[in-house]
Amino acid sequence: MTVAYRDRPVLWDVDLEVPAGLLMAIVGPNGAGKTTLIKSILGLVRSTAGQVLIHGQPYKEVRRLVGYVPQRGSVDWDFPTSVLDVVIMGRYAHIGWVRRPGRADRESALRALEKVGMADFAGRQISQLSGGQQQRVFLARALVQDARVYFMDEPFQGVDATTERAIIGLLKELRAEGKTVVVVHHDLQTVPEYFDWVTLLNVRRIASGPVDQVFTDQNLRLAYGGRVAFMSSAIQTGAPEK
Amino acid sequence: MSVPQIEIQLIAAIVAAACALPGVFLVLRRMALMSDAISHAILLGIVLAFFVIQDLASPFLVLAAAATGVLTVALVEALTRTGLVKEDAAIGLVFPVLFSVGVILISRYAGNVHLDTDAVLLGELAFAPFDRFEIFGADIGPLSVYVMGGILLANLLFIVLFYKELKLATFDAGLAAALGFSPVLIHYGLMTLVSITAVGAFNAVGSILVVALMVAPPAAAYLLTNNLGRMIIFSVLIGVASAIGGYWAAHALDTSIAGSMATTAGLLFVLTFLLAPERGIAAIARRRNRQRWHFALRMLTVHLFNHEGMPEAAEECRVDHLHDHISWAPDFAQRVVRYAERRNAVVEEDGLLTLTDEGRSIAREAIVE
Amino acid sequence: MDLVQLFEELLFDYTLRTVALGSAILGVVSGVLGAFAVLRRQSLLGDAISHTALPGIALAFMITGSKEPIVLIAGAILAGWVGTLFVMSVINSTRIKSDCALGLVLSVFFGFGLVLLTFIQRQPEATQAGLDKFLFGQAAALMEKDVLTMALLGAAALTVLLLLWKEFKLLSFDPEYAATIGLPVRYLDVLLTTLLVIAIVLGLQTVGVVLMSAMVVAPAAAARQWTDRLGIMVALSALFGALAGVSGAVISSTTARLPTGPTIVLCVSALVGFSMLFAPARGMVWKWLRQARNRRTLVAEAVLCDLYELSLQHNRKDHAHAPAVLKAMNVLRAGVSRSLRELKSRGWVAATAEGSWFLTPEGRAEASRLIIEREGDGS
Repeated sequence: MTVAYRDRPVLWDVDLEVPAGLLMAIVGPNGAGKTTLIKSILGLVRSTAGQVLIHGQPYKEVRRLVGYVPQRGSVDWDFPTSVLDVVIMGRYAHIGWVRRPGRADRESALRALEKVGMADFAGRQISQLSGGQQQRVFLARALVQDARVYFMDEPFQGVDATTERAIIGLLKELRAEGKTVVVVHHDLQTVPEYFDWVTLLNVRRIASGPVDQVFTDQNLRLAYGGRVAFMSSAIQTGAPEK
Repeated sequence: MSVPQIEIQLIAAIVAAACALPGVFLVLRRMALMSDAISHAILLGIVLAFFVIQDLASPFLVLAAAATGVLTVALVEALTRTGLVKEDAAIGLVFPVLFSVGVILISRYAGNVHLDTDAVLLGELAFAPFDRFEIFGADIGPLSVYVMGGILLANLLFIVLFYKELKLATFDAGLAAALGFSPVLIHYGLMTLVSITAVGAFNAVGSILVVALMVAPPAAAYLLTNNLGRMIIFSVLIGVASAIGGYWAAHALDTSIAGSMATTAGLLFVLTFLLAPERGIAAIARRRNRQRWHFALRMLTVHLFNHEGMPEAAEECRVDHLHDHISWAPDFAQRVVRYAERRNAVVEEDGLLTLTDEGRSIAREAIVE
Repeated sequence: MDLVQLFEELLFDYTLRTVALGSAILGVVSGVLGAFAVLRRQSLLGDAISHTALPGIALAFMITGSKEPIVLIAGAILAGWVGTLFVMSVINSTRIKSDCALGLVLSVFFGFGLVLLTFIQRQPEATQAGLDKFLFGQAAALMEKDVLTMALLGAAALTVLLLLWKEFKLLSFDPEYAATIGLPVRYLDVLLTTLLVIAIVLGLQTVGVVLMSAMVVAPAAAARQWTDRLGIMVALSALFGALAGVSGAVISSTTARLPTGPTIVLCVSALVGFSMLFAPARGMVWKWLRQARNRRTLVAEAVLCDLYELSLQHNRKDHAHAPAVLKAMNVLRAGVSRSLRELKSRGWVAATAEGSWFLTPEGRAEASRLIIEREGDGS
């Protein structure tokens, strides 16, 4: 995948093969193109070159296999709608044109909310939610799609510890069901604990593979441009690149 | 060209220049639509001032207009600060109210006066030369020249004096405040100038076209340069070109001069939009195309490089195999090969591709980087 | 005139009935579509679209020679649509932001419309008389066939909206996510904007170009203050729009020299003002009252604690202090007397004959509780 803006490449020749049924993190410094990668995979951003295959088929033909959890900041939370309504939106493709959501859809949405621990908030106006709660609503919306592959953009950013634990628990459940989850992750420290595979990205693909093989000092230095001080298991997240 | 014709063009050019100057900052500060709001809301100020002064030609009107303009901005910001409506909605709420009150006041209490909403909205430049400026009984030219000329000078002075502050406040308000400049003062200063310019230009071009001259030339200039100073200069030049060009078009077609000026400004913008060197549509398309080929070339050379000298080379390096291995459509693969050949990167013989030295160095670069 | 007379007039006076009906339809359609425009931050797109209508109308007349409302409206819709497309393409392919693109299209299209209009005016037949009522809106000149056209087109637009309700809802809330689940976002965007164009063009005859943006924004802004549910917001927006339309029509017809368009705008703006001040949850008046109450509570608590601190300095727990002492201690200075009265009514303080104040046992308990709470919060 290559995405270029004016004459500056944002993603250059990023070649990725992700085995099914595992949790993969995408990490890299700010501006490394992580969000762009997700968005270009999903066709939200125009790419200069490249193609995306999900379980062997072009992405556009198998959209229903893919669930997307965007960044919290991508939406105006002052929109007049309830938590349940947002989650039901994940079912719209299933419901089809014109028809209204029915009882089955509502129940499916409530089940998803239960999974993320937000069932009590179903009727709540979304502007009244905390950051962690907003994240969980987006997660529930994606869960309701019952997809096989999930893409998540910084789901742990600005989220409290309890929510973070809840989310990672959920992701591990998904993996147990054989689903694949690709997560743009901001916190290097938790990569070994949470994820099976990791991709280090800095405009180019620096490395990609199982965490214990790929998540090395050397690769991190390559990705973060030498601004990473490795002190045993404590890792300082990289400073913004020049 | 007759004297009135020259005078009209002069006035038009001065108006355009006077509008372009604050317009640059409006565009950069994302307040372009504030010009629309202000130019409509000023009607109320003019009406109220007229009630007090009973004289349409008084400079007091300019002050009243300036005050109303600032009031409009203040109201919009106050409304936005309540958090109950977003900024764009706030603008769309405030100016219609002020304008409506103005129209109603005119209709009820000044119906017999030559304060036409038509004239205010639309202006008629053709009549401008008829208002003369007389000092001690000597006619020294159309009034509009002096009024607008004065406004142009005021705008120029403001920009020259406060260039640093304007630049800083526009691009980094936080830093400006931290350094002790008051972005708020700059802001309201700018808005006052916009209001004054709008009311001055009413006579000539009407409110809607003030917006055209404040937005279109700076927008075009924005596509032509990254440099603030140059943007200002280009805006003025394009504005004046719109004015003169518009005048002659109106002359030829016997139609509204102000409308023609706005249309010309729009046409100049479209030209820039299409043809601007780096940011125009044509340039963007060219660049995107170039990137695609460049990238495809790299992929081809890397692919050939990886298989060079290997036993499977005879298979992998065939043109028709590219379709399999790199998933390019067959005719696209053909075109890439032609492109690579033209760039002296590969040589094709009987469907088999070999890298030249040039091609090899491209591949090496791509892999190492 | 009294209400009954008014109602009769409404039913039987042709002009009033037509104008009121037309204004009501305008209010409903622009209210509904305005709600979506406002939520999508496209409030000022309405302003731009109404200005782009002018060249559309002029061209429609020039090409067909007809002044039938449906023809002119079709021209306006087409022009509005072209203008919107231009705005979108400028925003998407250059660094020019939306406000600039809108201002550009608004003024240039309008200027072009003027060129055409003047051109028509100067033709020997001089038949443009009906055209410039679109500029300022002459609601009084509305005829039954105008209203019929408005009703039909408006109904069509609303039907499409209702059919695609959930799709438009998702589009407005999270277009990117919508794209990932397969919704044809670009087409829906164009469709919704087209509906907005129709709504605006329908209203031009009544309120005119300049004021149409208010009819798109105001009903929706007012409705938003009363509810957190999209469906109710849209319905309220329609209601407010219709209310303003009819009120404006009625008031302007019963008052001399009061043009209809501006009157309608003032009515709807009054609704907005009222909503922003008095709506239950978001209303500013309630907010101010709540804030004032909170402030009073804070001051009262401070006074209570001050008394407590003072009492600790004396052996006798109920040693009284003059209000002046408290005022000096209280940074806020104001409100001490009122606080004392409030505290007294709760039985936490009592006054001596000389006008000094001391804590009651209950007051002491409350004060110590507050102080522990404050220290527990940590600082």
